Amino acid sequence: MLIEKKHFLQIFFLIATIWFIWYAQNHLDPYTVSILNNIAIFAILALSYNLINGIAGQFSLEPNGFVAIGAYVTALFLIPGSDKLDMFALEDPAPIVMAMHTSFLPALIMSGIVATAIAFILSVPVFRVRGDYLAIVTLGFGFIIRIYAINNPKYTNGAMGLNDIPSVANLYWCGFIAVITFIVMINIIYSKFGRAMKAVRDDEDAATAMGVNTFWMKTYAFMTSAFFEGIGGGLMASLLTTISPDQFTFLLTFQLLIIIVLGGLGSMSGAILGTILVMGGSEWLRFLDQNMNIFGYNTGAHPGLRMVVFSILLIVMMLFARRGLFGNKELTDIFKRTKK
Amino acid sequence: MILEIKNVTMKFGGVTAIDNLSFGVKSGEIFGLIGPNGAGKTTIFNIITGNYKQTEGEVYFLHESISGLKPNVIVRKGIARTFQNIRLFKSMTVLENVLIGFHNQANYTFFESILRLPRYFSNEKRLKAAAMDILERFGIAKFADYNATALSYGNQRKVEIARALATEPKLLLLDEPAAGMNPIETEDLSNIIRNIKNEYGLTVLLIEHDMKFVNNMCDKVLVLDYGEEIFEGKPADAILDKNVIAAYLGDFTNA
Repeated sequence: MLIEKKHFLQIFFLIATIWFIWYAQNHLDPYTVSILNNIAIFAILALSYNLINGIAGQFSLEPNGFVAIGAYVTALFLIPGSDKLDMFALEDPAPIVMAMHTSFLPALIMSGIVATAIAFILSVPVFRVRGDYLAIVTLGFGFIIRIYAINNPKYTNGAMGLNDIPSVANLYWCGFIAVITFIVMINIIYSKFGRAMKAVRDDEDAATAMGVNTFWMKTYAFMTSAFFEGIGGGLMASLLTTISPDQFTFLLTFQLLIIIVLGGLGSMSGAILGTILVMGGSEWLRFLDQNMNIFGYNTGAHPGLRMVVFSILLIVMMLFARRGLFGNKELTDIFKRTKK
Repeated sequence: MILEIKNVTMKFGGVTAIDNLSFGVKSGEIFGLIGPNGAGKTTIFNIITGNYKQTEGEVYFLHESISGLKPNVIVRKGIARTFQNIRLFKSMTVLENVLIGFHNQANYTFFESILRLPRYFSNEKRLKAAAMDILERFGIAKFADYNATALSYGNQRKVEIARALATEPKLLLLDEPAAGMNPIETEDLSNIIRNIKNEYGLTVLLIEHDMKFVNNMCDKVLVLDYGEEIFEGKPADAILDKNVIAAYLGDFTNA
């Protein structure tokens, strides 16, 4: 098959990204790599969150719940049985927890599948009706997961969380899964399913009048989001090697919401750029927390100044780019000459 | 009879929008539904397309009851509609808008689209050609890559009809297709409707206030007033009918 002109840009980006992942893992210092790992995981989460929120237009607050599920499932699959017996201090682990043990990839896939299955169970009642019920249900869902994790020490070791999770994830895992997520999302968007999801976002009645089954379109978007959020959670668990219920609060969702709104709701390349700016930016601004010498005047240390400046920068950005940096366009659309 | 409405009543709370209405549309006809504002014309459309569930009565399409079916199922049976106020998908191009109409003709699954299997490419190629073909008929193919909202009002109407046509309907419901158009655009539109009707073998049911348009398009009209039928017959006779004049202008006999 002949490669079309428009594909050059995409292939170039793909090769450049893969090369960068390889280079970063082998040549950059551990601190930078850890930031890049974080960016890759948040990119996975932001991309999948953008599918339900930006493309299908269903305001949802689900990521923290599915990330928690993914993290716990992967952690339980990775930790060897003997370690589990030592770790579970409050109650002995349930037989099923003891039986769970696989290598990393199957564990990640299981995380995704469990999250998807729960997403399906949630979407059946929620998408039968219209309106912002999804936001309410998913918000509550995040709390339920957290409370479940705290109160079921047989499965989750309660508030103590899980420690000593084998550290398998590195930038290869996180980076390549982020690339795969991006490709999957783009392939969905530029298919009849993505078009139908956008149609649901723009005008649900008109979409139905075109024969689109809006229930299934919303459910597909929600389940796909959940799948990759589960995997992202799994990566996070293996990267941090320790997880606890309080790690997956609403703040995680909130951070992702900032990322996708900044990048532009409905733009996948925007989600990536948003992740880099928010995650990278908040690291880069760390110098503000330390002692600074400005023209010989020592300002002293102001812990927290970083977040103040960061928030102001976000506000300024949103003032000048009301619909996010990319609007709902993709990077390739911007390169194309736009007709208006 | 391609479409039969039998004793349909629609009540919204205490208001009776449609009162025991019955009529039938013959295959191949252009059937006009007219009446003053608030007569219940759009309500009838919403009942036929499944957006509303009638309080009483039955709707038959091709001798099969379609009452209570979901709108997206009814579309697949062969009834497509346009809206009174244009409702295009605002973030999409003209071509994408028409492609949404082809949604159910695209034969590939979710996983085939993720993995970009051959069926995805063959289907997309076929549907894009078909969509361009429809746009060509409406004379708006040159706007295919434009954002749908960037078009003029008249052209947006055409996109909406093109989009409805993409669902391969047998019965096309047009809700005030000529509203907001100038006489030249209206003339152009009536030619297009007549052409596509003949080419695709459609039956058309339309709501319109422009009586000149109705007069030269419709084979038959039904006049509604306060949810009740007051006249059914040829459009030329409708404007002479005593009841119709009373409904539109008021009753002068007692004045």
